[in-house]
Amino acid sequence: MPRTPNPSSDASRLAVETRDLGRVYKTRNETVTALSSVDLKVREGELFGVLGPNGAGKTTLIKILVTLLLPSSGTAKVDGLDVVREFRQLRSRIAIVSGGENAGYGLLRVREQLWMFSQFYGIKSKVAYARIDELLERLGLASVANRQISGLSSGMRQKMNLVRGLMTDPRVLFLDEPTVALDVGAARDLREEVSRWMAEDPTRTVILTTHYMQEADDLCDRIAIVNRGRIVIEGTPQSLKLEVQRDVVVDLQLEPGVPVLDRLREVAGVGAASVREEDGLDRFSLLLADDAVLTNVISAVERSGRRVAGLAKREPTLEDAFVKLVGRSMTEEETQ
Amino acid sequence: MKSSPSEFEIFWRTVLARAYPRVVGLSRNLSWLFFDFAFPLVGTFAMVFVYQGLHAPRQYLGFVVMGGGMLAFWQNVLWTMGTQFSWDRGNGTLELMAVSPTSFEAVLLGMAGGAMIMTTLRAVAIIVLGSLLFKVTYNLGGLPPAIGVFLLTLAALYGLGMLLASLFLYYSREAWHLGDAIQEPVNFLSGLYFPVHALGAYVGGAASLIPVTLGLDAMRQFLLPGTPRFLDPALETVIVALEIPLFAILAVSSLRFMEVRARREGKLISKWS
Repeated sequence: MPRTPNPSSDASRLAVETRDLGRVYKTRNETVTALSSVDLKVREGELFGVLGPNGAGKTTLIKILVTLLLPSSGTAKVDGLDVVREFRQLRSRIAIVSGGENAGYGLLRVREQLWMFSQFYGIKSKVAYARIDELLERLGLASVANRQISGLSSGMRQKMNLVRGLMTDPRVLFLDEPTVALDVGAARDLREEVSRWMAEDPTRTVILTTHYMQEADDLCDRIAIVNRGRIVIEGTPQSLKLEVQRDVVVDLQLEPGVPVLDRLREVAGVGAASVREEDGLDRFSLLLADDAVLTNVISAVERSGRRVAGLAKREPTLEDAFVKLVGRSMTEEETQ
Repeated sequence: MKSSPSEFEIFWRTVLARAYPRVVGLSRNLSWLFFDFAFPLVGTFAMVFVYQGLHAPRQYLGFVVMGGGMLAFWQNVLWTMGTQFSWDRGNGTLELMAVSPTSFEAVLLGMAGGAMIMTTLRAVAIIVLGSLLFKVTYNLGGLPPAIGVFLLTLAALYGLGMLLASLFLYYSREAWHLGDAIQEPVNFLSGLYFPVHALGAYVGGAASLIPVTLGLDAMRQFLLPGTPRFLDPALETVIVALEIPLFAILAVSSLRFMEVRARREGKLISKWS
């Protein structure tokens, strides 16, 4: 269910602000531009999503904002503090939780490990333990509080990581692909806890990077779509979907055969097309200018010798918006 | 939660917290009894047998036993303090330390402090067992100044360890090889198994930059009468004491410098660079 932005947050106060932010990685053999001219404004109290394929620059952006990486150009402020010059003051106000995180020491127990990290923030042990116990309970980890880290499942481990991120009560929480590789139940628990945590205090801000469209759609107040180091578009999930609202969105299923994606993209009136393979069928998502274009699409399919296994119109999603804006699906972008 | 702890509070809490895994690890992972306790005894005792085989003067057995004790602390500094950042970077822990308001200095002190129990046990075992088995006799009157020099040496040595750790923070794998490369030369130059006097003025003088060199020599002079004198033990003590602020300043400056370089070049976020 989409999150309702908290009306009592100070929307005029910026939790994150970047201007012309850029980052270039240089190696002996090549120079890679990971971020280029990124201008971003995230208001206090927002749950802001940074959406894009792997390698789009999402993690680079986050690492700059949490002071682990210096920008090559431009400026960035988090909670009003410059990430380059005022990074020491900033670090007590932020936390980061990344997907697939294995930080810490396997011989420690869950409660011990969380306590250890709390001490890096100078939190009194009694206060830290009370907060840890409360969060473990909320995330259903109370029963494994005294289990060694090395014995946790990946879902439990990621919930523990979220507890680590929340226990210091950060002003801005950065979640970098937090649900990657998690099962449906664990991912849902994490999302619910993030929403609950934000609802407790209207001044809390979350920056979430993800390449799961549905996650961004469900959780975020606003989203920036990032591709090849640049912000392609920014807005609410609803406004991004409006980008494709006037299009006819069609799911077309074809039985296996010769490739037809490029041929479909050439059909007049096809705004964008993407394909994924599922259950032995090629499933195409097509954005059409109007219903009449469908006839030409079916003709193109028949000329290629492919057989139609199914056809349905549906409501647009963020994935469709991405395909329309970028020209390709996230999967295609990742394989470039 | 909202009241901000002071930098000092964050510092000492970090030291204790980072020491904790090392301390509980003693009871949860007993492999250290072999690798860090039994094996080093064998190495030290092997040197004793070499001297016995050569019919060296009896005091040389004492040199080896005391050197074996100090070797434990040098190896603690090199491998559990200097290189730890390499491991922490590999599993993402370094990233989380870096993004917290604590300092790398506090983390390093915690690492070293936590390993100190194991290291001290190892050093005490080498000295007590070695002394009993090989009948080493000491001048107990020299014990108080020797303890004083020992503490000063440790302080300077841990400053050196922090300096090495700053290199590991940035260079990681290369620094790992550096650790391997400097271990044996330092063992040699600091005279762990023989009096540093044997190295001569120039080499011994250069080796004095390693805190263990003069510290161990002074302790030997205090505890083992007849130790060939490299420098007066009082002067050696003063030099070791001066090395404490020297290495402390160098270490803190280097850590800050390397942290900025690591942030610039993305070394804090790369897992295995």
